[in-house]
Amino acid sequence: MPRAVLTKMLRETPFYGAVAFFLVLAAFPFYWMVITSFKTNPDLYNVTHVPFWFNDPPTLEHFRYLFDKTLFTTWLLNSLIIGLCVTGITLVTAVPAGYSLARMTGRQGEALGIGIFLTYLVPPTLLFLPLSRVVAGLGLKNSMWSLVVIYPTFTIPFCTWLLMGFFKALPVEIEEAAIVDGCSLFGAFVKMAIPLSLPGILTVVIFTFTLTLQEFVYALTFISASDQKPITLGVATDLIRGDIFYWGEIMAGALIASIPVAIAYNLFLDRFISGITGGAVK
Amino acid sequence: MVAIADSVPKPTARFRFILDRRDVFGSLMVAPAILYVLLLVGVPLLMAVYYSLSAYTIYNPSWRFVGLSNFIDIVNNPVFRQTLYNTFIFTFGSQILGLVLGKFGALLLLRPFPGRKLVRALIILPWAVPIALATVAWEWMFDSLYSVINWTLIALGIVTRSNAPNWLGTPHLAMLCVIVVNAWRFFPFAIVIFLAGITAIPQDVLDAATIDGAGFWRRNYQIIMPMILPIVAVGLIFGFVFTFTDLSIVFLMTMGGPVGATSVLGFAGFQTGINSGDVSHGAAISLFMLPVLLVVVVAMLRFIRRREI
Repeated sequence: MPRAVLTKMLRETPFYGAVAFFLVLAAFPFYWMVITSFKTNPDLYNVTHVPFWFNDPPTLEHFRYLFDKTLFTTWLLNSLIIGLCVTGITLVTAVPAGYSLARMTGRQGEALGIGIFLTYLVPPTLLFLPLSRVVAGLGLKNSMWSLVVIYPTFTIPFCTWLLMGFFKALPVEIEEAAIVDGCSLFGAFVKMAIPLSLPGILTVVIFTFTLTLQEFVYALTFISASDQKPITLGVATDLIRGDIFYWGEIMAGALIASIPVAIAYNLFLDRFISGITGGAVK
Repeated sequence: MVAIADSVPKPTARFRFILDRRDVFGSLMVAPAILYVLLLVGVPLLMAVYYSLSAYTIYNPSWRFVGLSNFIDIVNNPVFRQTLYNTFIFTFGSQILGLVLGKFGALLLLRPFPGRKLVRALIILPWAVPIALATVAWEWMFDSLYSVINWTLIALGIVTRSNAPNWLGTPHLAMLCVIVVNAWRFFPFAIVIFLAGITAIPQDVLDAATIDGAGFWRRNYQIIMPMILPIVAVGLIFGFVFTFTDLSIVFLMTMGGPVGATSVLGFAGFQTGINSGDVSHGAAISLFMLPVLLVVVVAMLRFIRRREI
């Protein structure tokens, strides 16, 4: 029945057209990153060339320049160190806090949890002035360690909230059984609650790391020395000489920094959403 | 339940027995997190308030109290009033655009079709990727000379090269650009929030409504929308707060220009407080965000709570 197939296809056209519109809208800037980072400069800066594909053969020139002639590898390393340290601080504080809030009886735990979470909504643009004085006072001005100290201010509230949800989903009876069998409260937490909520903790690790990669305002405020910048700040502000934007290099750097975050988000998105909306839908 | 652990009396004051008291143990576990947040969010917030009431600059760090004079200064400054106005335009423009896109995107992704997972993964990108990096990509797309958007418009014969729009160099267009970029960053989040809400609705409720004769729009607006409102409210808090206080998009794309046309509160606070070193006026500008944020957050929380009961 070719006729039926045809009408069916026609009926589906608006739907797939709309899907295509959303795809182009969301993904085109990234396609643009990819194509810019592999184009030769003469191809990039020629308005008569069709910009959507390669008119000259693709090149790795921009990537080579990025790794050899700029501080890109330093920025990558800085971001890695910052991410690891912040994740460490966050886990040490947020895991016990989330557990404790989840096990508190009555409305007290809930209220305290919401209180902590609300601090996540205090914006960096409100805090950066006093915090820059705090950072200067600690002698960390222009140092990436300032970010290690400051980033937990938003990762701890966020992760405490997420972990509170994960621990709440864990049956109390398991820990109680451990306590009856002679475990201390702390022992029950370490030997029972933590191993059982490892997936939740892994989610928190991933999101702490991506949150530190995404942050821009504090890094911009505290750090102006090129070799101390994290990758996001370095790529966005340090590949411009005077008025000249090194677009190929900028896009190549943005691409490299974006890929791990994009993958992490897609893998852990559902947990993330159930975490932040956990208070609203029970 | 909880009483099991408490039923064994532990009267001795030795350390490990204190640790076995549930209330002490709980407080000790939560204390580091609360201390960290109090010290580095609570105290700075109070400092910001005090800065805004003092004559503090980084060149002359005095704590002299000057009352509300900083606020009077900035309110009397027409540039600041423009900034305040811009902030609202920027926030409402991009939130509305983002929500509309999000709602339609969610409706599309609700239906199973081949490749839906991949489509969803690609549509999430704008929200996942660090906004500073995505903004730089947009800046390159809006480039005054090599804009791919202008190239397309010229190729389609809509404009000529001589009168092609200078996206970031014209006040209204620049505002449009930062709104579009922010809506673009926000709409995948809106899609995900809508999807989470809609998939949480029990299918039997929808089936019952269908059997009772509710059509697509009626189901949409009288069943689905009211049921997902709490979850959408949470999404809105996030979107609103992060847009209203945003700095990076404006900083990277337009630097508040041309002539202050896209300057928003976060950016103005940064320019005055950090770049010019006038901490007290910068803090006063930033603090203008606080009452708006408080109103929004309190209203949303009350709303969520009322719906829960």
